[in-house]
Amino acid sequence: MSWVLLIQLGPVVALLVLGFSVGSFVERRHLRRLAIRELALADLLVTASRTVESGRSEALGLVVGEVVIASDYFKSFVARLRSIVGGELGTFESLMERARREALVRMLESAKGLGADSVINVRFATSNIGSMAAKRPSAMVEMYAYGTAIR
Amino acid sequence: MIVVNTETIVGYTICETKGLVQGNTIRAKHVGRDLAAGLKNLVGGELVGYTELLIEARRQATERMLAQAEQLGANAVVNVRFTTSAITQGAAELYAYGTAVVVEREA
Repeated sequence: MSWVLLIQLGPVVALLVLGFSVGSFVERRHLRRLAIRELALADLLVTASRTVESGRSEALGLVVGEVVIASDYFKSFVARLRSIVGGELGTFESLMERARREALVRMLESAKGLGADSVINVRFATSNIGSMAAKRPSAMVEMYAYGTAIR
Repeated sequence: MIVVNTETIVGYTICETKGLVQGNTIRAKHVGRDLAAGLKNLVGGELVGYTELLIEARRQATERMLAQAEQLGANAVVNVRFTTSAITQGAAELYAYGTAVVVEREA
């Protein structure tokens, strides 16, 4: 009896362990790298407003940053369980945060490459190229950030 | 061609508005990328194939918008926006639009 249960549950448990261990390692590494890259970009002024006070003379153009990040099996599993009772999906919140920060950092890096000192009118948008079959416990975030680089 | 997503361009004056310009593209993912994405969905992390797809789609939509602006005789596009819509499973439309204008550099 117990080995039947083990065979049935085994793959799921294995995937959960794999998702949790590798997933949290990937996430920690990503957050660590993000922190370093953000520090290097800290001198850029980033605003969501359309105008900026005087003193800046030249618009350099549109800068964009995109990223697609996948959830791991563990996160998706927890989110699915949580969806039964409702409430906050904490595991997906960190996924969204990583995607937003990564898109923003990529945008700022290209702004810096253009020689900008600020990026104004920053907007975020999401896309859904990869919306998978609903029965598969997966999720991915497709995020892009765009703004106007000025000097 | 100057492209910004603000209503005005710092350092330039808008002399003439040519009108709305737009560009779109619809992209589908392919099976190979899907397979890789399926694996990535177990352990998490960036889906590089999809990121590239998104970058290509955005470039194409922007290029089409700029071609339209050029046809109208504009030298800049202001107030650019990007939107997406899910047209069918596994494909997405990327749409870029903005206002084509003629600008002159401020003295």
